Amino acid sequence: MIEQMDALTLSEKIKKGTLGVAEAVGYYRDQIERKDGELKAFLTLAEGGLQERIAELQEGIRSGQYTGPLAGVPVAIKDNICTKGLRTSCASKMLENFIPSYDATVIQRLRDAGMLVLGKTNMDEFAMGSTSETSSFQITKNPWNPEYVPGGSSGGSAVAVAAGMAPLALGSDTGGSIRQPASFCGVVGLLPTYGRVSRYGLVAYASSLDQIGPMGRTVAECRALYEAIAGYDEKDGTSVPGTVRCLGKMRKMTATEYDGLSREEKQKRCMERIKGMRIGIPKEYLQAEMNGEVRDAIKNTATLLEQQGAIVEEMSLPLTEYGVATYYLLACAEASSNLSRFDGGKYGKRVEEKELHAMYKKSRTEGFGEETKRRILLGSFILSEGYYDAYYLKALKVKRLIKEEYENAFRTYDCLLTPVAPGTAPKLSTSLQNPLQMYLGDVDTVAVNLAGLPAISVPCGMDQKGLPFGVQFIGNAFCEQLLFDVAEAYEELRGVFPTVGERMTGNGKAGER
Amino acid sequence: MIRIDAEILEKAELLSKLQIEPSERERTMKEMEKVLSYAEKLNELDTEDVEPLTHGGWSGTMLRQDVVTNSDGKEGTLANAPKQTDDQFVVPKTV
Amino acid sequence: MGKGNKQYDTVIGLEVHIELATETKIFCGCSTKFGALPNTQTCPVCTGMPGSLPVLNQKVVEYAMALGLATNCRINRRTLFDRKNYFYPDNPQNYQISQLYAPVCQDGKLEIEVTAGAGKDVESGDGGKNTGTKKRKTIRIHEMHMEEDAGKLTHDEAAGISLVDYNRSGVPLIEIVSEPDMENAEEVIAYLEKLRMLCLYLGISDCKLQEGSMRVDVNLSVKEAGSDVLGTRTEMKNLNSFKAISRAIGTERERQIALLENGKAVEQETRRWDDAAGVSYSMRSKEDSKDYRYFPEPDVPPVLIDREWIEAIRSRQPEFQEEKSIRFVREYGIPAYDADILTQSKHLAALFEETAKVSGQPKKTANWFMGELLRLLKEAGKEPEELSFTPKHAADLIVAVEEGKINQANAKEVFARVVSEDAEPLSYMEQHGLLSLTDEGALQTAIDEVLAENPAIVEEFRGGKEKVFGFLVGQVMKKTKGKADPGTVNGLLRKSLESL
Repeated sequence: MIEQMDALTLSEKIKKGTLGVAEAVGYYRDQIERKDGELKAFLTLAEGGLQERIAELQEGIRSGQYTGPLAGVPVAIKDNICTKGLRTSCASKMLENFIPSYDATVIQRLRDAGMLVLGKTNMDEFAMGSTSETSSFQITKNPWNPEYVPGGSSGGSAVAVAAGMAPLALGSDTGGSIRQPASFCGVVGLLPTYGRVSRYGLVAYASSLDQIGPMGRTVAECRALYEAIAGYDEKDGTSVPGTVRCLGKMRKMTATEYDGLSREEKQKRCMERIKGMRIGIPKEYLQAEMNGEVRDAIKNTATLLEQQGAIVEEMSLPLTEYGVATYYLLACAEASSNLSRFDGGKYGKRVEEKELHAMYKKSRTEGFGEETKRRILLGSFILSEGYYDAYYLKALKVKRLIKEEYENAFRTYDCLLTPVAPGTAPKLSTSLQNPLQMYLGDVDTVAVNLAGLPAISVPCGMDQKGLPFGVQFIGNAFCEQLLFDVAEAYEELRGVFPTVGERMTGNGKAGER
Repeated sequence: MIRIDAEILEKAELLSKLQIEPSERERTMKEMEKVLSYAEKLNELDTEDVEPLTHGGWSGTMLRQDVVTNSDGKEGTLANAPKQTDDQFVVPKTV
Repeated sequence: MGKGNKQYDTVIGLEVHIELATETKIFCGCSTKFGALPNTQTCPVCTGMPGSLPVLNQKVVEYAMALGLATNCRINRRTLFDRKNYFYPDNPQNYQISQLYAPVCQDGKLEIEVTAGAGKDVESGDGGKNTGTKKRKTIRIHEMHMEEDAGKLTHDEAAGISLVDYNRSGVPLIEIVSEPDMENAEEVIAYLEKLRMLCLYLGISDCKLQEGSMRVDVNLSVKEAGSDVLGTRTEMKNLNSFKAISRAIGTERERQIALLENGKAVEQETRRWDDAAGVSYSMRSKEDSKDYRYFPEPDVPPVLIDREWIEAIRSRQPEFQEEKSIRFVREYGIPAYDADILTQSKHLAALFEETAKVSGQPKKTANWFMGELLRLLKEAGKEPEELSFTPKHAADLIVAVEEGKINQANAKEVFARVVSEDAEPLSYMEQHGLLSLTDEGALQTAIDEVLAENPAIVEEFRGGKEKVFGFLVGQVMKKTKGKADPGTVNGLLRKSLESL
C-alpha cells in the first residue's frame, strides 16, 4: 500500500516497475480529494500537462534517464515558489490570477531529478504569518485537530505531508516558516544554510533571510529532497558556489566518500556519528515561558543522545531575547521594498483609476491583506528618513552580534538542541488579534535565520491535547549533512512517530508502522 | 518611546502606496507603536563599534559574464499584463 | 549682471550618467542593443517579475573601475549596491538598484583646459569654443557609482495613458558626480568633452547626448562674489545638447540672481529644461516623495575588489590622448599642434596611425587629415567616430599623389570618395579617368597641337607677354582632360616654346 510507503520506497518501486507513476499520482490525488475538503492545504492542483508529464516521467524512468532516489515522486509546492504555467498566488488576492512564465530553480531541479509537481499549497499571504491564517483564500486546518492552526507560513505544505496527501513538500523559511509548521503538524522540516538553495523564483518576503527547504515525514526523505535542490545556481547572486560541505568535527569524511554510502550504511553511520559529539542546549531557549511538556521532551531527547555517547550540556546564548525585535525590523523593511513591485501595472490585481498614483494606491490597498499591509507600513517607516539609523541600522548591528554569538558557540559544539516553538499549535483565530504576541511566538526560530544557519525540526512528542511538537537541531553554516545525521539518529532512538491517518481513523498503533 | 501619530501614518501610507480605512487608523497606529516600542529593546545593547551586517550568508558574489543568454522575452513579460497595447504595458498617464 | 551693484559667482557641480556599451544588461542576460521592438529584450529580472533575482555583470564593474582609474579615483575594495525606493512605471520593481553607501569609485579628478582669464560672468552660448590662451583647471570627482537604467515611457495625451517598454530597463549606467568646482558653461563643456573622450578611449560608452547615452544634470547655485557661503542649489534635468546646457546655465543663473535681488529665496528643487522655450520648470509633485529609503540591496552581495583585479584592469588601460599625442610627435615627426588635434578622438588617431604606417608618409598623412579630412567632417556635420574608411585606401591615394599619378585637385575629389564611401582609390581613379598623363610623348603631342592651334598667342608670348603662358597651360590641361600634372606641363611647354 502506497500510504505505508515513504517517498524513497515509492521511487524504488516505480523504478523497479512494480508501481506506475500514474498510480502513485492517482493515489495522492485521491487522498487530496478525500481529505482536503476539510483540511484545505492545497490552493491549486497541477492539471494542464499533468498526463503528459506522467507519461514522460514513466518513459524517462524506463529508459534510464531518471535514476535518482526520488524519481517518479510527486511533491507539493508552497505557493510562493514560481511554477511555469501553474498559478502562483502567494495566497494573495494580489496574485490571484498570476501564472508565471518561468520556473523557480528548485522546480527545475525537481523536474531534472524526475519528480513532479502535485499542486500548490496554502500559506500565510506572502509568507507573512505564523499560522497560515493570513491567506486571502482559505484557512488550513491542523490534521491532528481541525480546530487548531497548522502553523505557518508553510502550513499547507506541512499539512499536505502530515495528512498523507503528498509524500514530500517544499516550504520556505524566513523566520521559522518551515520548522514551526513542521513541529505543529508532526513532520520533519529543514531550513538550509542561507545561500545553499537557490532563491530564484521564490517570491521574496525578506531577501536576506528567505530560504527554501524540504518537508517530509522522515529525515531520510528530507535529505534526499534537499540533495536534489541544493547547490550553486548562477541565477541567484547570493547562492554559494562550489560544494562546501561540513561533516562536523567528528569522524571527518569527504563528501564523495559520504555520497557513496548506501542508505542503510548512512543510517548506521548516523548512530556512530553521535558518539563523542558535543551538543549544546542554550538555556535561554528553555527559559522562554513555555509548555512544560516541551521542556521535558528536550531533556528526554538529551538523555537519549547521551546514552549513545553524545556529550550534551547546557550553555548560554544571551542574545536570544533580541532575536524577535531584530528579525521583525529587518524583515518588514525588506518586505516593504520587495512588495513594492506589486502595483497593478505589470501583473496582478489592478483597480482602474485615471490617475497613476491613485491606481497604485487602490490596487495595493485592495490586493494586500491586513497583515501584509501592516508589515509594509512598518517597513516603510523603519527605512524612512530620521528613523533608519535608530531602527534599521541598529537591527543590522545586532544581527552581527547574534551571528557572532552562534559562531562562537560552534567553536565548542557540533550542534545545538532547542525547542522549535514555545508550545504546540494555537487554536484557530486566536493569534491575529495580537500581532506582537504572534511575533513573540517565533522566538525559537528567528535567530537562526538572522545568523544564516541551517536547522532541522524533527517530531518529538505529543502534548496532552494530542497535538505534536518537534525539537530543533541547529548546525553550523553548511553543516546540513551533520544535522541530517543527528536528526536521523534521534529519529531511530525516538521510535516511529504516529501518523495522522492512524490517529484520525483509529487504525494501527503508534510505533508499529 | 516612539509615538506614531496621524502624520507619521500618512507618510508611511504615501511611501507604501497604501490607504488605511478611517475606522482602522487608530488601531493601525497603536499596533505600529506596540511593535516599534518592543523593538526599542535593542537599545539595551551597546552597538557603538559594531559594523552592520548587511547581507546574509557568505561574503562575496559570483559575477555574470557579459554574454547574451536571453532571447525574445516579450511573450512572458506581457503574459500577465492587466492592460496592454502594441506590446507595451498601459498605465495612467505619468505626466 | 545683477541689477544691483552686487557681483555673483556661479557654482556648478555635475551628475553625469553614462550608458555603458556592454553586450548585456547589468543584472540579466538580455541584450542591450538599441532599437529593438518593444519588450522583446526583456526577461523576468529586468521586468521585476516576482521571484526574479539580479546577478551582477562583471563587465560593468570593470568598466567602472577603468573609468575610475582614468580619473584618478580610489577604487573601493568592497563596494555595495543599495535600493533606491520610489514608485514610477518605468522602474519595474519600484526600486532602482544603485549605490549610495559604498560606491565603486571615490575622490578622483579630471583636468580640463579653459580660456585663461575668461570673465566669470561670461556664459558663452557657442559651446565654449573660445580661442585665446588656455589654462588648466582641476575638477574634482566626488564619486562614481553603478546603477540600472529605467524603461521607456511614451505618452498618449488624448487617451490619458502612458505605454511602458522595458527594453532599456536594466541597461547599465555609471553616474559620475563631480564636486561643485565649475564656474561657467565653458568649464562645464570642457569637463564633459574630457569625460566623453576618456569614455571613448576606454570604449565603455559612445556618450551621445542626443541619444541619451550621456545624460547631464546640472547642479547650480549662485553666491555673492568672494563669499564662502554657498547658495541653495537647484538640479536641472533634460539637457540634450551642449548648447542646451550652456543656455540652461545662463538662464538658471539669471533666474536665481533675480530671486535674490528681489529678496526671495532659491528653493532646493529639481527643474526641467525646456529647450524650445528657453525656460525651466519645477518638477515637484505631491505624490513624489524625496524619501528614497535607501538600504543595502540584499540580493547583490558585496563586490570584493582585490589588488590583482585592479592591476589587471590597469594593465589593460589604453594609451590616452596626452601620451598618444607625445608619441605621435616623437614617432611620426608631426607638429605638436597636429598631434594634439588628431588624438582628440581615439578613432581618428587610429585611422591616422594606420594610414601613416601603410603609406610610409606620416607628415603627408597628417596634412591630409588636418586639412581635407577635418574640413569634410565639418562640412558633413559629423563626428570623427563616424568615420569608417579603410586606412589602406587613404594611404594608397597619398602614395599615388606622391608618385605623381594624380594631381592634387583630382586627389581631393578621390579623397572625399574614400572618406564618404570607402572608395578604393586606384580603381576609382582609373574608372573615372583621373590618372595623370605621365606619358611624355602623349603630352608633347598635346602641346604641339596647342601651339599649332594658337599661332597668334605664341607670337604674343615670344614678344615678351609672359602672362599668356598661363592660357597655354590651361589649353593643354583642357586637351588632356585635366589628367596631366600641371608641373610637368609647365616644364615641357616652356621647353617647346623656347625651342620654337
